[in-house]
Amino acid sequence: MVTRGFSSGRKPPAETDARIPPGQYLEQGFPVLSAGPTPRVRTEDWSFTLKHGPRPIKKWNWAEFNALPLTKMTRDIHCVTAWTKFDTAWQGMLVDDILADAGIEAPTGFLLAHGYDGYTTNVPAKDLTTGKAMVALLYEGKPITPDHGGPARLLVPHLYFWKSAKWLNGLQFTERDEPGFWELRGYHIYGDPWREQRYSGDP
Amino acid sequence: MSEAPQSPWQTAKITRIEKRTPRVTSFFFALSRPFAYRAGQHVDVRLTAPDGYQARRSYSIASAPESVTIELAIEKLDDGEVSPFFHEVAVVGDEIELRGPLGGHFVWSDSDGGPLLLVGGGSGVVPLMAMVRHRTLRKSVAPVALMFSVRVWDEVIFRDELIGLDDRRDGFDLVLTLTREAPHRPSDYSRRIDTAMVMQALARLPQPPALAFVCGSNAFVSAAAQALIDAGISADIIRTERYGV
Ligand SMILES: Cc1cc2nc3c(=O)[nH]c(=O)nc-3n(C[C@H](O)[C@H](O)[C@H](O)COP(=O)(O)OP(=O)(O)OC[C@H]3O[C@@H](n4cnc5c(N)ncnc54)[C@H](O)[C@@H]3O)c2cc1C
Repeated sequence: MVTRGFSSGRKPPAETDARIPPGQYLEQGFPVLSAGPTPRVRTEDWSFTLKHGPRPIKKWNWAEFNALPLTKMTRDIHCVTAWTKFDTAWQGMLVDDILADAGIEAPTGFLLAHGYDGYTTNVPAKDLTTGKAMVALLYEGKPITPDHGGPARLLVPHLYFWKSAKWLNGLQFTERDEPGFWELRGYHIYGDPWREQRYSGDP
Repeated sequence: MSEAPQSPWQTAKITRIEKRTPRVTSFFFALSRPFAYRAGQHVDVRLTAPDGYQARRSYSIASAPESVTIELAIEKLDDGEVSPFFHEVAVVGDEIELRGPLGGHFVWSDSDGGPLLLVGGGSGVVPLMAMVRHRTLRKSVAPVALMFSVRVWDEVIFRDELIGLDDRRDGFDLVLTLTREAPHRPSDYSRRIDTAMVMQALARLPQPPALAFVCGSNAFVSAAAQALIDAGISADIIRTERYGV
């Protein structure tokens, strides 16, 4: 439906258009969204736990985690509130490298990411492995600020950004695809921006 | 996900436009497919140009769930895209596409009980207003303190309505703080929300709050949520809604 009086003054140029998923607009800044206050986690108190169901597989403290290989990832990111930001530059540990360090391969098809604030979000294992996702520690070469999820956040750039859990403290393999925080509150179980899977009931 | 709402796009007609402050105007919509919603939820609005280009933004619902028409209160950002469209182009009778209700976390119903501490900065008061109106219409006895920060007296959105409710002394308390002007009421402030101010607002509630809701720009929410935590409120009961930039 065409809106009376609305014109496409902000339409992105053709060369960037192909990088902007449906219903998204290009943002230069970096808006912050989260469900609660910003937790301040000191790196000396930080730890990261990999679990299979209730059972811990391996736990790393900050120094141990930083000893894992550091990988760079520069990607476009897409927030469900409709902004897309190009070429965000992150560095961190690939989920592949974390699993390798724990000496396992994905034991189930699904994971729940856990944050220090109690936040959870579900992501299929195939979307976190084969170089697709990392636990990011640096944004544009500097430690990620608390507002943006530091000390460590998940980065799953090909899904809507609520999947990239802030203040990450663990990944947990689950037998089934278990909805996390926003997924229980009306957001899409998978969240592919290219298929515009914003809310449950979207295709 | 069986409980999650399906919220397809629908058209809604603007039935009334009411200027609230120099920068904020309310738009009232009649939905073609009315939906039930909870105080604090939002809708997504989508504008479409003749060539198919679309812009979409989220707007909190200001009306109480008891109201059939939906009120959105939109602040004009001069260099923005969607908010100037509403302020400069939209007229009564126009049809706009929207979907909702959306968001299932920043919500309150009288059955959730109280006391409540509501903290809004500028247009961040909008979803809190839905909660306050819901409380009034349901004759809820939940004690509620609303801390509302704006720059100047003329930017107090819903001012007459809020002061009218405050004057009833029925358990709703309005704390205004004007960041760029002297206070107009003896009990109000003229500085940014800080820990001391939160402590004094808490003292107006009979018991510590069961829930706290903080809404506004990101900078406002970060600062205000920290002030609540420093005033001894547990992070577990604080819910935030950030309008992004
Ligand atoms: C859940 C939720 C509820 C909300 N509820 C309300 C509400 O009740 N009332 C309300 O008024 N708002 C609300 N908002 C905010 C609203 O969604 C919009 O963000 C707001 O209206 C601005 O949209 P806009 O298109 O006018 O401005 P935009 O075009 O989105 O611009 C926003 C700001 O970003 C800057 N900007 C934009 N593009 C660029 C660029 N390319 N380069 C540099 N700077 C740029 C502009 O200077 C402008 O000041 C809500 C947001 C959320 C997430």
